[in-house]
Amino acid sequence: MLAVSDLKIHYRTLAGSVKALDGVSFAVGDGEIMGLAGESGCGKSTLGKALIRLEERMMFVGGQVALDGERLPIADDRAMNPYRFRKVSIVPQYAMSALNPTRRIGRMIDELLAARGLKGSTLRPELERRLAILGLTPDVLGMYPIELSGGMKQRVVMVLSTLLDPSLLIADEVTSALDVASQKKVAGALVEFRDRGYVKSMIVVTHDLAILAQIADSILIMYAGKLAEKAPTRTIVEAPAHPYTRLLLGSLPEVGIRFEEKRLPGIKGRPPSLLSPPVGCRFRDRCPLAFGKCVEEPPFIEIAAGHQVACWKADAHAQG
Amino acid sequence: MLRYLARKLIIYLLTFIVAVTIDWAIPRFMPGNPIDALVSRIALMPDANAALTSYFMAAFNLDQPLWRQYLNFWSALFHGDLGRSIMLFPTPVTTLIGRALPYTLGLLLPSILLSWYVGNMVGALAARRKLLDNSVLPLGYLLTATPYMWLGILLAWVLGSTLGWFPLAFGYDQSLKAEWSWRFIGSLLYHWVLPFASLFMVALGGWAIGMRNMIIYELESDYANYLMALGAPQRLVRKYAFRNAMLPQITGLALQLGAVVGGALVTEIVFSYPGLGWLVLSGIQNQDYFVIQGVFLFIIVGVLLANLIVDIVYVVVDPRTRVGLQGDAA
Amino acid sequence: MTSTTGSAPASPATKTGRNEILYFALRNTKLLIGAFVFMVFLLGAIFGPMLATHEPLTFDAPPGLPPSAGYWFGTTLFGQDVFSQFVHGLRSSFIVGALGGITAAVIGMFVGFFAGYRGGIVDEVLNMLTNVVLVIPTFAVLLVVAAYLSVRGLGTEAMFIGLTSWPWAARAIRAQTFSLTSRDFVGMARLNGESTLRIIFGEIAPNMSSYLVMTFILLFGGAILTAATLDFIGLGPTDSISLGLMMNYSVMNAALQLGMWWWFVPPGLAITAIVGSLYVMNVGLDEVFNPKLRAL
Ligand SMILES: Nc1ncnc2c1ncn2[C@@H]1O[C@H](COP(=O)(O)OP(=O)(O)OP(=O)(O)O)[C@@H](O)[C@H]1O
Ligand code: SF4
Ligand SMILES: [Mg+2]
Repeated sequence: MLAVSDLKIHYRTLAGSVKALDGVSFAVGDGEIMGLAGESGCGKSTLGKALIRLEERMMFVGGQVALDGERLPIADDRAMNPYRFRKVSIVPQYAMSALNPTRRIGRMIDELLAARGLKGSTLRPELERRLAILGLTPDVLGMYPIELSGGMKQRVVMVLSTLLDPSLLIADEVTSALDVASQKKVAGALVEFRDRGYVKSMIVVTHDLAILAQIADSILIMYAGKLAEKAPTRTIVEAPAHPYTRLLLGSLPEVGIRFEEKRLPGIKGRPPSLLSPPVGCRFRDRCPLAFGKCVEEPPFIEIAAGHQVACWKADAHAQG
Repeated sequence: MLRYLARKLIIYLLTFIVAVTIDWAIPRFMPGNPIDALVSRIALMPDANAALTSYFMAAFNLDQPLWRQYLNFWSALFHGDLGRSIMLFPTPVTTLIGRALPYTLGLLLPSILLSWYVGNMVGALAARRKLLDNSVLPLGYLLTATPYMWLGILLAWVLGSTLGWFPLAFGYDQSLKAEWSWRFIGSLLYHWVLPFASLFMVALGGWAIGMRNMIIYELESDYANYLMALGAPQRLVRKYAFRNAMLPQITGLALQLGAVVGGALVTEIVFSYPGLGWLVLSGIQNQDYFVIQGVFLFIIVGVLLANLIVDIVYVVVDPRTRVGLQGDAA
Repeated sequence: MTSTTGSAPASPATKTGRNEILYFALRNTKLLIGAFVFMVFLLGAIFGPMLATHEPLTFDAPPGLPPSAGYWFGTTLFGQDVFSQFVHGLRSSFIVGALGGITAAVIGMFVGFFAGYRGGIVDEVLNMLTNVVLVIPTFAVLLVVAAYLSVRGLGTEAMFIGLTSWPWAARAIRAQTFSLTSRDFVGMARLNGESTLRIIFGEIAPNMSSYLVMTFILLFGGAILTAATLDFIGLGPTDSISLGLMMNYSVMNAALQLGMWWWFVPPGLAITAIVGSLYVMNVGLDEVFNPKLRAL
């Protein structure tokens, strides 16, 4: 069970701080796969990274994160270390290049485990078993990353990241660089790993709503560093309440087509700059329903069980 | 792996052919017809005897068609014949090179290898410690920007001429007989220090900067980020980064060879050190073209061989070349 | 050397982009310091010869004088004015650096663009050529070439330096072109049937202009260093003075033994300062152009 409240993460730049996460609160239950979607640059990866390791330029501004009732010291790199890999883990956006190119994979894993005070040899059988679940033979452990295909590397990273049965797994764009067949395999593997209890909760970041519709229990939509809407997958797909969610879905011919790139054809304009975001609802400039009240910031509130929205007009929609 | 080496071999072979062709063509096709000018000048020189003039004519095979001249050139080359020196006629150029070579190698090999090793260590340390970085980086750029001969001149001036700690010139004390005695060896070493130090220092800067930049690049790479996200200690991440940053430095070694050899030549000139650089200088001053051309070919062969050795080492240390999926690593 | 060239990502040049770059450029100390030092010497090269009260190569002064009011940098063993030689030598260095750098940049760009854009057999052939010139110890080639040229001018020297120093630049540009060629806007231009030349100079080159600038800077510095080395070996221009020749004359004429530091310190110092300032400027430019390095 992950609980995030009012998390604020900014990037330090010479031009000022980029408010990539500006007060987000949500929870992911045990056994829940939560999809995370939104236009490029809205802060999805920032959220994912914040939960495991802040990069050099990321600045913790405020908020709290609790995992299984225990507070995660995400602002303290050292104190956070014991939680990494064991409690929180990540399959990064760059999984293709996440393995040291000059080490045999098995040796690298052993060295990593040893550095975390574990014995590679005792974990080896489990490692091989999990590789087998994803259709990989133990041979891959004797190979260099360059000898594997992209999808194979992705799967190896997935097995390695979840080897210690973490409570939370963040999977960032794990399918976007793959061909359709590999995408299916990797997406299936995520569910499989959850079902087998290797991972309790998952946050799956993706641009591919089709994948989310298949595997996610709930979907969280972000816009410009803020949360727009969170609801069970069916609700998001069938009865979205936030105008942005509706446009996001409506701008696609049907659920199942990837949205990506900078502009969505159905939504005019661009997201606001996160250097100095506008006051009030951040979607105001592009929202077809904007009205006077939208100069005030809409709170992220529950309009139905498990359905939260940040929009002054949300209620009307949910009903309509 | 074999494909990788084969490709390299082809390139080196081609390079060798091109170099020999350049060497053959330059005196013949340079504007102003240098050979004619030379022949007439030698013939006019009072101390130039008939033997020299006729040797000169024969060496260039001027009476034969060009293609024959070219073939003869190659055939002489394969017989190890680089011609005869004009200034020390009739000493073969190979003899002169053989005499000078130990001095040049004695300077080059230690300074290249040591500067590479020390530079990499210093660069790796600098990438880790901000304080050290702030001094290593400017100093490194300063050193790489320094012309080899100028650092040599400064060292000779301060440590040799002003303080008198080291000799200013020559490979050994000229009053000693060249023999394998302890005194002679001591004198050799004593004369070797300054030229070695100046070569070493200039080369050091480049390696240190290169290593520092490479390590910082590696530490920002995806695999380093992933390892750190999984809570790997700095120790492990740095170990990988260092190893991976070494690889481009190995190929860099091959690429820098030519420049360092040039540096060695001028450093020798500063210190009147009796190596190839000094030989080339006297060749230039006496218009002894056979010597210049001989040294040229010799350097080419040496650099190509060194490149080949570096390649073989590289194949051993970088698994990516062995897998055969190698892109463009050189 | 390649590692000093940065990794500035190519992004379409926009108006706001330019302003932003100027903003960061004016705040980058490395760039400012480098540019300042470079300008000081450049101005010295342009205006110095006008200030010089003596001819560089005439023997009209008392020999071996240390710096004084009449001879600011002293005189040589033969009674030449060192200051005059120095400023004329500076000029030669900048000329060789510029001409050599341009020659190498033009060849490097041509080879790099075509190899990267065309790919296939063009790439193979150009790549082979690049590799051959890359492994040849260029200094040795310059040695034979220069030795056979009985009359040597700055222009010839610069041209030969340019002809031998382009390979690493070609390689770097090829790699950049390669990655740009796979981008959308190039693909669009290709589909529109634009000619190769138009695409290269209209689409690809502008999008890696920052990279090209940095490459040129390094080639410029490299040409100055190579020229100084050649000159020092006695293969410099036969019709003028240069910083490398000054060092050559001083060493050949026992300036070291006589402690005439004013003869050999200024030329080496100037070369080190110019080339060093170029390198430092390059690091600064990399930070300016590359947002990743730019952020704190
Ligand atoms: N290192 C950084 N320095 C400054 N700003 C950054 C940095 N990384 C990200 N940002 C900014 O933070 C915001 C959020 O970035 P983030 O990477 O989280 O987006 P994202 O939603 O993951 O996008 P994508 O879908 O493209 O992966 C963006 O506006 C981005 O410009
Ligand atoms: S709060 Fe207003 S502007 Fe924002 S999404 Fe709702 S209606 Fe649109
Ligand atoms: Mg992202």
